[in-house]
Amino acid sequence: MSKYKVNLKINNISVSVDEGTSILDAARTLNFTIPTLCHHEDLCVAGNCRVCVVEQKGNRLLPAACATPVSEGMEIMTNSLKVRQARKHVVELLLSEHNADCTKCFKNGSCELQDMSNDYRIGDHVFLDLVKDREKIKDISSPSIEKDDSKCIRCQRCVRTCTDLQAVSALAVTHKGNHMKVSTFLDKPMNDVVCTNCGQCINRCPTAALTERNYIDEVFDAIYDPKKFVVVQTAPATRVAIGEEFGMEPGSRVTGKMVAALRRLGVDKVLDTDFTADLTIMEEGTELLTRLKEALVEGKEVALPMLTSCSPGWIKFQEHLYPEFLDNLSTCKSPQQMFGPLAKTYYAEKVNKNPAEMIVVSIMPCTAKKFEAERPEMRGSGYKDVDYVLTTRELGMMIHQAGIDFEKLEDERYDSILGESTGAAVIFGATGGVMEAALRTAYEIVTGREVPFTNLNIKPVRGMEGVKEASVKIKDVKPEWSFLEGVELNVAIAHGLANAKIVMDKIKDGSANYHFIEVMACPSGCIGGGGQPIPTSMEIRKRRAAGIYEEDEALVIRKSHENPEVQEIYQSFLHEPLGHRSHDLLHTHYAPRKRH
Amino acid sequence: MEKKIKKVDLIFGKVDYLDILDKSFQRTRDEIILDVIDSGLRGRGGAGFPTGLKWKFAKNEEADQKYVICNADEGEPGTFKDREILTEAPEKVLAGMALCGYCIGATEGYIYLRMEYNFLLPQLNQQIDAFNKQMKERNFEFTIYIRSGSGAYVCGEETALMESMEGRRGEPRNKPPFPTSQGYLGKPTSVNNVETLVFALMIAKEGPTKFKEMGTFDSRGSKVFSVSGDTPTPGIYELELGMTLEQFVEEFGDGDTKAVQVGGASGFCVARKDFKDTLIGFEGIPTGGSMMIFNSSRSMYNILHDYLEFMEEESCGQCTPCRVGCQQLLKGIEAVKKGIKQPPYLEDLQKLSDTMRIASKCGLGQSVPNPFNSIINNFREEIIY
Repeated sequence: MSKYKVNLKINNISVSVDEGTSILDAARTLNFTIPTLCHHEDLCVAGNCRVCVVEQKGNRLLPAACATPVSEGMEIMTNSLKVRQARKHVVELLLSEHNADCTKCFKNGSCELQDMSNDYRIGDHVFLDLVKDREKIKDISSPSIEKDDSKCIRCQRCVRTCTDLQAVSALAVTHKGNHMKVSTFLDKPMNDVVCTNCGQCINRCPTAALTERNYIDEVFDAIYDPKKFVVVQTAPATRVAIGEEFGMEPGSRVTGKMVAALRRLGVDKVLDTDFTADLTIMEEGTELLTRLKEALVEGKEVALPMLTSCSPGWIKFQEHLYPEFLDNLSTCKSPQQMFGPLAKTYYAEKVNKNPAEMIVVSIMPCTAKKFEAERPEMRGSGYKDVDYVLTTRELGMMIHQAGIDFEKLEDERYDSILGESTGAAVIFGATGGVMEAALRTAYEIVTGREVPFTNLNIKPVRGMEGVKEASVKIKDVKPEWSFLEGVELNVAIAHGLANAKIVMDKIKDGSANYHFIEVMACPSGCIGGGGQPIPTSMEIRKRRAAGIYEEDEALVIRKSHENPEVQEIYQSFLHEPLGHRSHDLLHTHYAPRKRH
Repeated sequence: MEKKIKKVDLIFGKVDYLDILDKSFQRTRDEIILDVIDSGLRGRGGAGFPTGLKWKFAKNEEADQKYVICNADEGEPGTFKDREILTEAPEKVLAGMALCGYCIGATEGYIYLRMEYNFLLPQLNQQIDAFNKQMKERNFEFTIYIRSGSGAYVCGEETALMESMEGRRGEPRNKPPFPTSQGYLGKPTSVNNVETLVFALMIAKEGPTKFKEMGTFDSRGSKVFSVSGDTPTPGIYELELGMTLEQFVEEFGDGDTKAVQVGGASGFCVARKDFKDTLIGFEGIPTGGSMMIFNSSRSMYNILHDYLEFMEEESCGQCTPCRVGCQQLLKGIEAVKKGIKQPPYLEDLQKLSDTMRIASKCGLGQSVPNPFNSIINNFREEIIY
């Protein structure tokens, strides 16, 4: 559909843009940057911070550039005296209610308000200090997310994230006037509300009002404790994102540098969550085929569609909001939590270490994994399976602190064992990846042939569409899978919890006929996770996804069941998927949680 | 040219509202809208948007559903005229809504009643039921419902009002889009003040001329005023527009009037020296009806402090200039009073209030500078000492 063009002038330069374009975007086409705070391209327009006000000829008011569409003949000034005064006032006002302890702040150097204050050289505060909760201890009740109201500038990005992108609404605006704030239901602590710990609010918070609970010091303590044997696992999505913490382009593949950096930090072994991602495919694929068999052959009442369980934000979302569908969740632990118990049993035995002295650290694109590691079920090894979970950002910070020049590092390889992985594991990092990996393996197990897609790339399950659907016709199966002959396997993929809700509601009202559904709590999957480098945008996430698929294609082995270490562990330790040991170490259960 | 203030009785007088509606339904929508435009009627809630134009915009929108909303969230300090209208002449308000519905093509109307007026609900509901029945008997598809506010001043702002009606926090929306194109539930909506709707009905009854003959060029007709403060005759008066404050004070003052706050907490403070030259109306100082008279026993610091406290609390809090600006103005005059800040700080605050006027998201923040600047400019010494 061709759009009408609208002609206007910005700073006396004529420009023609599509009807409906905001003044902000129109100015960008002329390379004029209008500062913004509440605006975020992933979110609906708010127009409430008023930093982006501009002067419009003939209008006594200064419209907000982010919230005002262009109109024919409009004349806009983005930096007039009136605009400068208003913008400076707005920044000064925000600072007057902001606990500006910048030098001691976790976001020092990466705070949008600080940048703006810097741009406008706000010196001495003209206005009175209004910070109310400076002395109030911030909410650190959650193992994942810290909330510091004294840093909040009420831009409501987090609220829009939690409500619109994630359909969770753990955060909301409460009270009015001078008491207006972002809060939870009845102002309860973050660990006592419907929060899924996805951390998407952190990714979009312009200040340090919402940050991850950081465990950097704890990890350094473990590294420098001679008695401790520190084993690190790195999630798939971290390797295409951590470069951003060092100024590299989004999607830069820096797997080898990340491994090298971790060694230089002094950890004892650098292993890979990708290994357990492959293992997940073996377990979860078998679980799916078993459920299908029970349903189709034995006529049992089986919970279908089966839902993936890799994303702890999604798990908590289900527990709160769709507790009646907990049986549909795969019982597989997430790859992080499969790694933990294997490290402290199988691996500890192989390397002859006492699991009591072993510290398992995860590097995750995720804040919900911090919560997941704390779940009481996650002690399959007899110890806390995963001791500390660091986000991609925290690892970046540690590397900075240790003075390691990340970009110049030579590539190094993961340690063995639990370090070998396949392309199928890497793509766990992008939405659709678990589905694609599962199909690559399951289809081959059932038919003896590779999936019928060029170069193993199952394109229909890739991409950034919110809900993706695909069907695979299963033909010419091996004799033992004859019950699947001719079956059309219907799958769906959702990323971002608002999209997950769409799919769940379809299942609830019976309008969907899926067998298997992949859900990732975060938009675009783990590459857009709540622990990934800030900022985030669709463009950034697309580039990280491209990095993920390049990594897949660059690997020799691209199917989980062909991972030699996976084959080895089944031979010598686990014996079979869904076997006794798997049940003890790799599978879990879920419990309903209340909405409030 | 001394002229006595003319008292008018368009609003409260009894009329055969069904007869007015029946006759109106015989005419085309455009004819009625033209009459309303011609009459010069402007919104009586305070902002003063031409009513006929609003109806025309809403009428011209193509939509499967449109709405009429009667704004009865009368929250402006010192205004209590809508309460009286809803008590004394509710049938005229309902008929005005139906007339608007006919003109713009809406089949549903809503009264958004401020929470503090909930005591009116029993009788209003009865009248609405009866009225809805009367419309049904006439085969005119128009049903009126009532929605109760929750006590927020900002919900008198039409887009915040609609957010509240839709079950959300009462926060003003970005404009455009304006309610006449995307209002309640995203549909074209005409939001009119209680009094405006009654005037529209009376214009339909008597034609635009009689209304137009009253008042001044920019402020036609009459207006219901809520008179309070230091006056021997507080109450509600429908007066012809176009009077000066001097005339007003002569009629209502106690002989010792120092200042009049025209338009409530979001209006302007006029000092005695300016009474003669100040016209009450859109050429001078407009008001939604609130007229607060202060005599020399009053402290203007306390008055300003009260207004700012009110605004600080009633700001919805979403936009920076209003949320933080109100707090700074309030704490600022306190600091000057206590000597924590020097008197020239008032100029910093006045500059800030200028920013609030042009950069706030809605009318609330934009109008806080009205009382602030007018009181500071007129009574600076009372603020400092």
